[in-house]
Amino acid sequence: MQEFRLPDPGEGLTEAEIVTWRVQPGDAVHVNDVLLEVETAKSLVELPSPFDGTVEALLVEEGQTVEVGTPIIRVSGGDADAVETTIDTQQTVDRDEEGGAVLVGYGVRGGAETRRRKPHTVRDVPPPVASARPAPPASVPAASATPVIAKPPIRKLAKDLGVDLAAVVGTGLAGEVTRDDVVQSAKQASVFRNLQAPEWSGGREERIPVKGVRKVIAQGMVDSAFTAPHVSVFTDVDATRTMEFVQRLKASADFADVKVSPLLIMAKAILWAIRRSPQVNSTFTGDELVVHHYVNLGIAAATPRGLLVPNVKDAQQMSLLELARSLQQLTTTAREGRTQPADMQHGTFTITNIGVFGMDTGTPILNPGETGIIALGTIRQKPWVVDGEVRPRWVTTVGGSFDHRAIDGDVISRFVADVASILEEPALLLD
Amino acid sequence: MTGPEVATEPIRLLDADGSLVESDANAEWRELAGQLSTDDRLAMHGEMLRTRRFDIEAGHLQRQGKLGLWVPSIGQEGAQVGAAWASRDQDTIFPSYREHLIALHRGVDMLQIIDIFRGAVHGGWDPLETRGMRIYSLVIATHALHSTGYAMGIRFDGACGTGDASRDEAVMAFYGDGAASQGDASEGLVFAASYDAPIVFFVQNNKWAISVPSTRQSRTPLHERARGFGLDAAWVDGNDPLASFAVTRRMLDAARQGRPGYVEADTYRMGAHTTSDDPTRYRPSDEEESWRRRDPIARLAAHLRELGVDDATLAEQDREAVELAADMRRRMLVAGTAASDDIFDHVYSEPHPLVLEQKRALAEFEAGFGGDA
Repeated sequence: MQEFRLPDPGEGLTEAEIVTWRVQPGDAVHVNDVLLEVETAKSLVELPSPFDGTVEALLVEEGQTVEVGTPIIRVSGGDADAVETTIDTQQTVDRDEEGGAVLVGYGVRGGAETRRRKPHTVRDVPPPVASARPAPPASVPAASATPVIAKPPIRKLAKDLGVDLAAVVGTGLAGEVTRDDVVQSAKQASVFRNLQAPEWSGGREERIPVKGVRKVIAQGMVDSAFTAPHVSVFTDVDATRTMEFVQRLKASADFADVKVSPLLIMAKAILWAIRRSPQVNSTFTGDELVVHHYVNLGIAAATPRGLLVPNVKDAQQMSLLELARSLQQLTTTAREGRTQPADMQHGTFTITNIGVFGMDTGTPILNPGETGIIALGTIRQKPWVVDGEVRPRWVTTVGGSFDHRAIDGDVISRFVADVASILEEPALLLD
Repeated sequence: MTGPEVATEPIRLLDADGSLVESDANAEWRELAGQLSTDDRLAMHGEMLRTRRFDIEAGHLQRQGKLGLWVPSIGQEGAQVGAAWASRDQDTIFPSYREHLIALHRGVDMLQIIDIFRGAVHGGWDPLETRGMRIYSLVIATHALHSTGYAMGIRFDGACGTGDASRDEAVMAFYGDGAASQGDASEGLVFAASYDAPIVFFVQNNKWAISVPSTRQSRTPLHERARGFGLDAAWVDGNDPLASFAVTRRMLDAARQGRPGYVEADTYRMGAHTTSDDPTRYRPSDEEESWRRRDPIARLAAHLRELGVDDATLAEQDREAVELAADMRRRMLVAGTAASDDIFDHVYSEPHPLVLEQKRALAEFEAGFGGDA
């Protein structure tokens, strides 16, 4: 009895998808007979048998993705030394479709980019939710007729921001794509998502098991929404000075290596406003209101694993620079999917930045156990009345939801007005 | 062959069907190929079959998890067998990592090649035991410099240029069209030409540097480029073993007398660049198909049949090749690996205090695991 473990058919690959079994239990196999086809991040390959014998059992089903080293087939009897080969100049590769222009490089690009084969590989396989791999882009732009002109750092920036250079209209000399072009394009892309609508999936329905992060989110939302009576308020604010402040910070040497955004000012504004209205930073237990004299400031983050709310511990003690660094580290960690459970526990107040999705505002739902949550909307130029004249100003909407069991409209209104006033005049932070 | 004319066809003696091509242009090459008896040609066929069976078996072993990587040479056996037979015993050969036939021809054991790719050794063999076959060079084109330097050394030693081809030494460097784009490759050509080094650069243009076509890498044919550096250069049909032999023999013997040369062998890598590569992602299958019809083994087999060799003899050669590959597998499955401190023994030719200290430190470290390291 011998088991064949999934080998690494490339260099440094960690997993492969079982695409097609070419043998069934009971079949006699010889050394080097093809047993199955697997697809890795690099290619579709046939795996030949290392044994002679009879197939006892297939240990992994088609459609499953398994790690290198997993036993995949059991073969009984026979002789591991026998060899039989056939002349075959093609040797290892055999595919029947998609002779596309995907380049092969040296590195492994990670499971997320595994190229999927078309329908015949998917049989009675459960919906591929668990693997959570994003679908390939709806269309890969063909090589454009005129080559893109851009310097290497700009190409790197475009890659980092997920901007397709071929789709950017260059404004530099001879149509060169500049840094501003890329940044502008990235901004637009963050607002106008899903411009290309994918085809309807086959089948009339798709059943996606509720588990993992989704399940936790669902439970949390129900707990919060049906325990704490939410009251929501909104106010428009002229955030022009915040935008100027952000620009000045970006230009300053102290903040050179850290990301500065309106979210940072918003966080600082909330910390300031909580000192004037401490009740919003509390936990309602039923018997008592526990007012925290510290702020573990949560940031709702869309991550590959789903919505997570890691928090910055003791944010009230931080300088603006420290806060900026903490926020950056927190979001980076979240995006990389490395957020630890401890990072998400003991939050006291939350910010949700729906502005990054282009939304003006919304009704946020409280993170369970907290009393307040603020939503930062998108900031864009709008007509605004200044000294009796209509002028273009950078305008945003501050929205928030609060637990009405714990606090009332007066506190809530003052708190939101305080936050708005900081966005309007960040200099107030210098109190 | 060094004149200003630009060739439109590589030098060819056997066409794709294995029939002899007789023209005024190839008369001198036909004469040279005449040095090969029918038995020689049969032996060349046998070496190509052995290499291919070995190659296929190694590919399977990689897919079975026994090798970390394999570099197939399938399709390139014709170029290699001609070059191997053109070399003389006293010659020194600097290969890349795809010269399996050359290695086997010079006496490297199949298992020695396999041991590199299964990570059992750090690479290498003793060239004194492999008739001047140096170790595989895994770093692209570095050996273009090593081989040129070695050839310059031969010249400084006066071990060439006496006019006696059976004694004068020469060097061959093997690399591919991709390596030709490396700076080291060009530097090698500069120094070889400047010092009249006894060397022939044998470049297998297999058309693809992983996914980059050779036409993208060189706006001029590679042999034309070599002429620009001042080398004698020839363009040969690499899937024609007889032409490869004739041209390389002539170039090598000229190199022995101080005229460095360059052979561009027109061939094709039928398989993947390595087992980590999937060529269907970047090249059309009809291109592979057109080259499949120009297979060097089938071509020489057809020629041998015309010479009166019967099918049974050819089939017997294949059986032997299969058995040798199977034997390699059997030996590999029971072979161990080199001791972990083996690496220290090959850094300097004589004991070196720093290396000895490192060797001792490793031994102590491993002893710390109670023998389980």
